[in-house]
Amino acid sequence: MSNVIVFCEHQNGNLKKGALELLSAARGSGLPVSALVIGPGANELAKQAFQFGATKAFTCESKDFAAYNSELYASVVERAIKNSGASILLASSSMLARDLFPRLAARVGGGLVSDCTELAFAGGAPRVRKPLYSGKCTAGVEFKGSGLKIILMRPNQLPVANPDSGKTGEIVPLDVAPMDLKTLVKEVVRGASEKLDLTEANIIVSGGRGLKEKENFKLLEELADVLGATVGASRAVVDSGWVPHGMQVGQTGKTVAPTLYIAVGISGAIQHLAGMTGSKVIVAINKDPEAPIFQKATYGIVGDLFEVVPVLTKEFRKVLQ
Amino acid sequence: MKIYVCIKQVPDTETKLRLKPDNSGIDDSAIKWIMNPYDEYAVEEALKIKTEIPAAVVTIVSVGPKKRVVDAIRTGLAMGADEGIVVDAPEHLDSYLTAKALAAAIKGDGAPDLVLTGKLAIDDNNAYVSQGVAEFLGVPHATVISKMSREDGRITVEREVEGGSREIIQLNGPCLIAANKGLNTPRYASLPGIMKAKKKPLKELDLAGLGINPAETRVAYKELQLPAEKPPTKMISGDVGQQSSELVRLLREDAKVL
Ligand SMILES: Cc1cc2nc3c(=O)[nH]c(=O)nc-3n(C[C@H](O)[C@H](O)[C@H](O)COP(=O)(O)OP(=O)(O)OC[C@H]3O[C@@H](n4cnc5c(N)ncnc54)[C@H](O)[C@@H]3O)c2cc1C
Repeated sequence: MSNVIVFCEHQNGNLKKGALELLSAARGSGLPVSALVIGPGANELAKQAFQFGATKAFTCESKDFAAYNSELYASVVERAIKNSGASILLASSSMLARDLFPRLAARVGGGLVSDCTELAFAGGAPRVRKPLYSGKCTAGVEFKGSGLKIILMRPNQLPVANPDSGKTGEIVPLDVAPMDLKTLVKEVVRGASEKLDLTEANIIVSGGRGLKEKENFKLLEELADVLGATVGASRAVVDSGWVPHGMQVGQTGKTVAPTLYIAVGISGAIQHLAGMTGSKVIVAINKDPEAPIFQKATYGIVGDLFEVVPVLTKEFRKVLQ
Repeated sequence: MKIYVCIKQVPDTETKLRLKPDNSGIDDSAIKWIMNPYDEYAVEEALKIKTEIPAAVVTIVSVGPKKRVVDAIRTGLAMGADEGIVVDAPEHLDSYLTAKALAAAIKGDGAPDLVLTGKLAIDDNNAYVSQGVAEFLGVPHATVISKMSREDGRITVEREVEGGSREIIQLNGPCLIAANKGLNTPRYASLPGIMKAKKKPLKELDLAGLGINPAETRVAYKELQLPAEKPPTKMISGDVGQQSSELVRLLREDAKVL
């Protein structure tokens, strides 16, 4: 019998929104749904998965799993897959999942597609689409053979169903045989930002060379604070050393798909567009009416960002607070 | 020391894309092919090691239609790599079989001390092949690497993850590293390099010879679509105050995203 397993990432004691989206989608499939939660607190987190439709949860509480280690994670996930007999695995297209699941797909001989933007079920079979060639087109995905199908979805693409607080399920703890590890995670250096990562953010405010100098990113941070947004950047400003590479959006940076993307002083070079045209609503603020970003924008403001952004921040603050 | 660098040829981002009439794929007659940008970092890293260890042999491996893929391999050779291996394969072999073919080609050639790749190919962004090659070779991997150092057969790498956090990872023994931007600055091929590349050894293999059956693909792309026509951009006029309040109104009432 076909069934779905959802790999649930979590942060600060809650399942991430991407995981809730996938649990909601899986429930809509009509197939039995199990969750896979790894790391300290997994058993408690499994309860959240039950409220979103999982009837079983594979968990691994071991503190060895507090930080991601590809070898350890692969061994426990392989166990969960075998144990569940799942034919479909869903996970967010996160840094962790994109590192882990290809290895696993190769191990179990399954098919994998990452960076997917559409997922629906028809008669228990997943219908998936993903962008190709930096978003210049999209393609449907055809899985061949009877092996495991692994689908990594971009966050913020699917609706989250209402939780049912009365629902519970069965917890299946997984233990890991001791392994001779060749990979050691020496240290995890936490980033300064407490905000959602660009790849998960619902709203992004991005700045380009039009900001003139590093210090002026403060303008965007203020705007982002009011909106609860994450700040991104073009490559031009990353290369100038104003902001770290982790903030770069585009072909050689991050691919983002927020509900709202505000591009400030960004011209809209094709390599930048490659990373953000999946955004639902795009606002462009630029003093050059000919800037290519305006062709991709939903709303455009031609003007000097140093005048527009402070007023706009005030305006948002007025209505949002 | 044997270093293998797996590379892929991809359409240049600037290339205008047209679909085949039946939407089964892209029309590749007018495409300009380049080496996948992330693979350039992988080649450069191998060449940096070769500078420190002149006896190291750097081999470029690529799977794809031979007639075009050899150009990308020659680019790697012109940058300074020693040898090339091309595995002739049909267009759009899936990631699973591509990884199998690369691993088989490497195994058949020698015992790798290090395998380098780009973190992903910018055509389908799947990021599967690197870890697949590592799995089929039975070596550990680390992906999205922007810093790397070597000491006594151990490699220490830095991987940037969400929220600007960084993982510092140590790998013991042979391993696969997938390069991110920032790892180094890839060199350009020099003119003498390009001349020399023509005489460097290039081994030609095919899938059948590696025991790989193209019918065993796991994933195929179908029903390609160009993005839907975007509605025209709404330009907001007026003074700064009017522009701002109108934008906030549109986002709340029209787009309903706030
Ligand atoms: C292989 C490759 C990969 C690349 N990858 C990426 C990538 O991942 N991401 C990326 O972003 N780029 C990437 N690029 C670079 C890209 O081609 C552009 O150079 C870059 O995006 C430009 O950044 P920008 O828009 O900030 O700067 P510019 O193009 O210089 O644009 C600045 C804009 O600011 C506007 N401006 C100036 N002053 C003001 C003001 N006071 N008020 C309002 N507007 C103002 C100007 O009108 C202009 O439109 C890549 C390039 C290559 C070759």
